[in-house]
Amino acid sequence: MAYVKEEYDVAVVGAGHAGCEAALACARLGCRTILFTISIDSIAMMPCNPNIGGSSKGHLVREVDALGGEMGKNIDKTFIQSKMLNESKGPAVHSLRAQADKQEYSRQMRITLENTDYLTIRQAEITELLTEEKKILGCKTDSGAVYSCQAVILCTGTYLKARCIYGEVSHYTGPNGLQAANYLTDSLKKLGIEMYRFKTGTPARVDKRSIDFSKMEEQKGDERVIPFSFSTDPESIQKEQISCWLTYTNEKTHQIIRDNLDRSPLFSGAIEGTGPRYCPSIEDKVVKFADKNRHHVFIEPEGLYTNEMYLGGLSSSLPEDVQYAMYRTVAGLENVQIVRNAYAIEYDCIDARQLKPTLEFKEISGLFSCGQFNGSSGYEEAAAQGMIAGINAAHKVLKKEPLILDRSQAYIGVLIDDLVTKENREPYRMMTSRAEYRLLLRQDNADLRLSEIGYQVGLVSEEAYQKVCQKKKEIEAEVHRLEQIQVGAGSRVKAVLEAHKSTPLKTAASLADLIRRPELSYEKLEELDPERVPLPADTIEQINIHIKYDGYIKRQMKQVEQFKKLEKKRIEENFDYDAVESLRNEARQKLKLYRPVSIGQASRIAGVTPADISVLLIYMEQIRRKKEIENLD
Amino acid sequence: MKTDTIAAVATALSNAGIGIIRISGSEAFSVIDRIFFGKKGKPLSLAESHTVHYGWIKENGTIIDEVMVLVLRAPHTYTKEDTIEIDCHGGVLVVKKILDVVLKNGARLAEPGEFTKLAFLSGRIDLTQAEAVMDLIQSENEFARKASVAQLKGSISQKVRNLRKQIIYEIAFIESALDDPEHISLDGYSIRLYQMTEDWIRELEHWLDSSKNGKILKEGMKTVILGKPNVGKSSLLNLLAGEECAIVTEIAGTTRDALTEQIQLGEISLNLIDTAGIRDTSDRVEQIGVEKAKQYAKEADFILYVADSSIPFDQNDEEILTLIQGKPAIVLLNKTDLQPVLEKEELEKRINKRVISFSAKQGIGTEELQKEIEQLFLQNSSPQDCSVILTNIRQKEALSQALESMKLVKQSIEDGMTEDFYTIDLMNSYEQLGFLIGESLEDDLVNEVFSKFCMGK
Repeated sequence: MAYVKEEYDVAVVGAGHAGCEAALACARLGCRTILFTISIDSIAMMPCNPNIGGSSKGHLVREVDALGGEMGKNIDKTFIQSKMLNESKGPAVHSLRAQADKQEYSRQMRITLENTDYLTIRQAEITELLTEEKKILGCKTDSGAVYSCQAVILCTGTYLKARCIYGEVSHYTGPNGLQAANYLTDSLKKLGIEMYRFKTGTPARVDKRSIDFSKMEEQKGDERVIPFSFSTDPESIQKEQISCWLTYTNEKTHQIIRDNLDRSPLFSGAIEGTGPRYCPSIEDKVVKFADKNRHHVFIEPEGLYTNEMYLGGLSSSLPEDVQYAMYRTVAGLENVQIVRNAYAIEYDCIDARQLKPTLEFKEISGLFSCGQFNGSSGYEEAAAQGMIAGINAAHKVLKKEPLILDRSQAYIGVLIDDLVTKENREPYRMMTSRAEYRLLLRQDNADLRLSEIGYQVGLVSEEAYQKVCQKKKEIEAEVHRLEQIQVGAGSRVKAVLEAHKSTPLKTAASLADLIRRPELSYEKLEELDPERVPLPADTIEQINIHIKYDGYIKRQMKQVEQFKKLEKKRIEENFDYDAVESLRNEARQKLKLYRPVSIGQASRIAGVTPADISVLLIYMEQIRRKKEIENLD
Repeated sequence: MKTDTIAAVATALSNAGIGIIRISGSEAFSVIDRIFFGKKGKPLSLAESHTVHYGWIKENGTIIDEVMVLVLRAPHTYTKEDTIEIDCHGGVLVVKKILDVVLKNGARLAEPGEFTKLAFLSGRIDLTQAEAVMDLIQSENEFARKASVAQLKGSISQKVRNLRKQIIYEIAFIESALDDPEHISLDGYSIRLYQMTEDWIRELEHWLDSSKNGKILKEGMKTVILGKPNVGKSSLLNLLAGEECAIVTEIAGTTRDALTEQIQLGEISLNLIDTAGIRDTSDRVEQIGVEKAKQYAKEADFILYVADSSIPFDQNDEEILTLIQGKPAIVLLNKTDLQPVLEKEELEKRINKRVISFSAKQGIGTEELQKEIEQLFLQNSSPQDCSVILTNIRQKEALSQALESMKLVKQSIEDGMTEDFYTIDLMNSYEQLGFLIGESLEDDLVNEVFSKFCMGK
């Protein structure tokens, strides 16, 4: 029996990494928020790899943090190992990655949620959305309780009609045997939402006591840990870290896999969902890259108080007996005991081109969605979308302007623009190569890029914002000073240069000129710069980057200028493409279907040519001028 | 790098009395100051708006043309941006040459219809013409795209495709390693890439050189060589092409089938078609060749009629003369090294075509031939020829941008930059080469990464 239970501003469906950020953002902005989850014990659960961050994903975490999100703070509280990846490469691709204590990560997030004002947590399955004239009115649980609200944020992850499969075994459950959500899909379809089916997979977890680590390479964390959150004091998180271990598959492993391919649901056709190419199962790797005689296996701890270890690189949906057989061919895993089997999981999701860049459905006012439901993959991608969906749902309730980050402002902008603009045939993962302005979108300057936005939204405190403003000023002043100070070719300078294997100066040069040399840096020129005042390490890092990569950075900034011109040209929501006769048919169909918000977004839709864009610009100008004339009359 | 200062030929590209090249954008003045040398020696960046200046366009000190330059300052211009108009002596080749110099000095070639678009957007074109402007942009773009693909020689397209394949593979490799540093190592990679960029730069430079004399384009004036057997048609082809394309023997009737070769005479490219000698013959194969030759002559833009000056005219010559009636043609009196029986002046009078004394054997008369052909070409160039030239410029632009970007990659390696910087310019190069063959960038990189490299977890 349906009955009206309570009234809220926002209902968030799902308490994974997207749902947590979305719910926190809404509640912190003063919206009465209710967060539904199928299992309270699985809030912010990490059902796959036990780490946060990594290449480009680390950027997302930093950006979420700079906007006032929780993921960075939470991993800083719960990491057990931390590493800055790509340190030998340029600053744009440095990426932080931390191993988490999974249970602790989940517990700490739950503590934060439970202690946030305006936020209610409710264990229940949402089975239906209630709408009137394409507008959200509320949602209904499986027990018939109706919660009326102005906005709903769907963060259902991999739970919609979820099915877990390995070998001949198949269960209609979410990850780890958790209950799947089997009714909501039908309600969404009734609302005209088009559903897709994606799949992903995870490797087995094994007992630490059954592993022979002497046959593996130890992988330690960094000596000096750098926090994810700009608000975490680096000193507070220097602690003893837990190692990961590296081993390899071999020909024997591959032979077993090849011999049993007919028993793999992926190859037998039992799985219909589309899987990610970047995160292939071991059977995929063996088939597709047959010339490789070994593949990496990373053994990663799942937490401090468990013996479970994650077999990174060995995700599979082969039958249990084959899993045992192939794992046991790997050096160090000869006697391995499986605790949980590897499996593939299929779930319902959407083509995110049904969404605006605000993550609100184009056709249903007040309905937002984020995370794996939108066809992405990964905890960080989910959190990033959760942040934006949360802010925009709150802004909808508060009648404020929506927040859209563009491709030149943040990886979050790239992620969402890709999802809502491009065709996406597999779970979408962030990559630094997807960001065309990646030299500007570094993980080290996320605070400088986004704190102001977070502050204006109301999720970043005055104090934190002022700190960033101060940092900005210091960087500018110091870079300017270094450009001005000239040093000569004298013996003192020569000695310092020689000490760093740098060629001596022939004529005077500025300190900035010297910093530009690959072998030198701000720190190394201390002796030549007696006037300098002590600055924090992260400020010095910015100074080095600004000076060293000045030329490249300026080039990208010029490109961004061009990009922004088209981005700023907004297209009205009810724009009539049929009235533009000169559009080619293919372009017209695509534009009508996806209704981009700006000329910039239109230009990124496959099938729309630069000439179509010119035609649109002219048509819009024509309309504008006609209106102008009408107004004069 | 692309600028937002654009240039284009504003008049129809023809041999009208005057040609106008228009430059518009924030860099317009710095471009013109580099190439214009006024009578008074004052740079145009100091000139007042709406003034006309007399002087010369020069490249590396060499005068290209005597010109009048119109200086128009923003916002009172067609595009509302700083605008320069160069009025030069008409003629396709001069106009093209000046545009070339302008592009080399910092402007980029306007997209098809871009000037019109800017003019409309800045309110310079009447509202009632909006529809026409939109149609024009679509049709010009469509034409440019098709022309670009159609005019590129098949062999060049293939080479460009191959190079793009190599470039995207390397980008994907670098990006895979950046994305998954624990699986894919870049140790020692920059040295390998450095060698590749050197090869690629060499290849791109070679193409650019070829594009300068039109060799990468398919089209040219369809030029048919006609004549009786053994008058030296094949020798002429070989002489003009600078290589042995046709088999030359003393035996009349050696060439049975038509041979084609593209050659460059100065600025003009000719698609030379050597044909079987025209005569009454009972040989079946030769007969077919003769018929074909007559067919080619009918379709030709231009005919080179080779006659042996040491042999009197006969029935076959008369037949050829009817074939070239009403066609642009030049008569070559070959074998002037032998005792002549045909008089140049007499022949000229009779057939009303230019006649050149020629010796393919000794190479006498080629210069005169070149001059005559240029003259003829300028009188007869059709709109198609002009579009070929414009397409050629566009493709050359894309090529030089690709080359420029590739040089930046090499520079980044020399400067000791890290690998993530290489991909920026590699991608630009890849994209420019895509324009060249009419392929746009979609999800090439992501697809390449996933299909070629074994990633992660």
